[in-house]
Amino acid sequence: MLTLEKINVSYGSIRALHGISLEVKKGEIVALIGANGAGKSTTLRTISGLLKPSNKDSKITFKDVQIQGALPHKIVEMGLSHVPEGRRVFPEMSVYENLLMGAHSRKGKPGQADFERVYHHFPRLKERIKQLAGTLSGGEQQMLAMGRALMARPDLLILDEPSMGLAPMLVEEIFHIIEDINVAGTTILLVEQNAHLALEISNRAYVLETGEIVLEGLAQELATNEDIRKSYLGE
Amino acid sequence: MKKLLNNWIVQVLLFLSLLGLTAYGSQMINDIIPPYFLMIAFFIGINLIMALGLNLITGVTGQLSLGHAAFMSIGAYSSAIATVNYDLPFLLGVLIGGLIASVFGVIIGFPTLRLTGDYLAIATLGFAEIVRVQFTNMKITNGAIGFLGIEGSTTFPIVMTIAVLTICLMVWLENSRNGRAMLAIREDEVASSAVGINTTLYKIQAFAIGAFCAGVGGALFAHTTTFIQPTDFGFQKSVDILSIVVLGGLGSIPGTIIGAIVLTAAPEILRPLSNYRMIVYGLLLVVIMIFRPYGLMGGVNLRQALRRAMMFPKKKQAGREE
Repeated sequence: MLTLEKINVSYGSIRALHGISLEVKKGEIVALIGANGAGKSTTLRTISGLLKPSNKDSKITFKDVQIQGALPHKIVEMGLSHVPEGRRVFPEMSVYENLLMGAHSRKGKPGQADFERVYHHFPRLKERIKQLAGTLSGGEQQMLAMGRALMARPDLLILDEPSMGLAPMLVEEIFHIIEDINVAGTTILLVEQNAHLALEISNRAYVLETGEIVLEGLAQELATNEDIRKSYLGE
Repeated sequence: MKKLLNNWIVQVLLFLSLLGLTAYGSQMINDIIPPYFLMIAFFIGINLIMALGLNLITGVTGQLSLGHAAFMSIGAYSSAIATVNYDLPFLLGVLIGGLIASVFGVIIGFPTLRLTGDYLAIATLGFAEIVRVQFTNMKITNGAIGFLGIEGSTTFPIVMTIAVLTICLMVWLENSRNGRAMLAIREDEVASSAVGINTTLYKIQAFAIGAFCAGVGGALFAHTTTFIQPTDFGFQKSVDILSIVVLGGLGSIPGTIIGAIVLTAAPEILRPLSNYRMIVYGLLLVVIMIFRPYGLMGGVNLRQALRRAMMFPKKKQAGREE
């Protein structure tokens, strides 16, 4: 569904990504793990068009269409939604309005079915439909950010650090929901620092280190890999 | 009752009768109140039209612009040139003034909208200065001497009708798909593009519409004072309009209306204080901002407050549970 080939990205003179290549197949959950500053978020931001690759021979293909250099809103329209790092809900808008904004890329008004789908995954949002998003707890904001992305009916959902700053209990809950969303038919690319949980729910994973992919493989295999256990699982 | 209000034919009829009522009412006011007060009312209307435009840019979309007077001057000069040099009818001149200002809004929009916050403010400030200096040095505008001999074609009903029209446009826009997108950009630009909002498009749209309002306001201004010079449209003018928007409450249409009334009328009401007038005016601004830091109507959701007061049932919408 999504392939990246030889992606370089620079912030000014600083190279953040060196020739990243990866693939996400339909129906999968793919995890991208790595330490702070490894380039995980940069990779996601490049996929969703917020950043542009700096080399000419880079290629990003989504549903057989090349999307490198396309505008972010075009990419969302094609069915790729990005839940940005730090949730970034619209704080002065209600939960309902936030969800409504999520459906912006689709022309016309979203139907009841779209809302029902979000409420099915996040029953808690339904209870807080009129509340201002800025007054929600961190976990609820994460749910709202994900729900908002689902309103665009994406085929591929890319999640940037869904566990950031959340209580362990909530993290578990969020990860269960991610699995549910995947089972319901959405392909998922997940960036996560919590390697343990990420490997647990994903099919395959890539390990990113200082802008390069150093390891890839089935999630189960990586979870038993000696180096990974030492570096990322704290064992 | 609610169902009836949602019917578009009813809405159009209501809208037309509102315009008719405004025109008729302002004609009556025009006939009874003394010329001095009428002049103040004129300027309240003109400032309101321009401030609503800036409110869309700064209040709703969150793009700080310090160059609103530039769009106003473009509207003023181009309408004056249209009616004086080309003998075009007044209302057509107003329309031309708005449109040309709008074109400049788009032109200035493209390069500067890559900027955000303070940097955008400085760029718009620079743009306003360029426009002012340009008008000072152009032949067709009669340079620093000023443009003379504009006909005083603006009438009170025209100002009020256009003001009400602008209010209706803004209210409609606020509740439209485009308006919500603009609001989302103010809230969080990165998140906006992540949910698929074309941020550039909506920012340019806000600038185009905002500049159009400023141009129309400028055109009405030119045909009220009958004489315009580049110094009328200096930095002070941009700040005056921005003060209306901030004092009223950024993004609030009722706030902008109240702001326009208060800030246009205050210097006149304070006139008996002669030399101390502007000191008291400044003090007034400071005091209001201390007690209402988000503006007079900031944080007040008028529709919610009204609904609560009148016990209207809420509109049923997809996904909204009662």
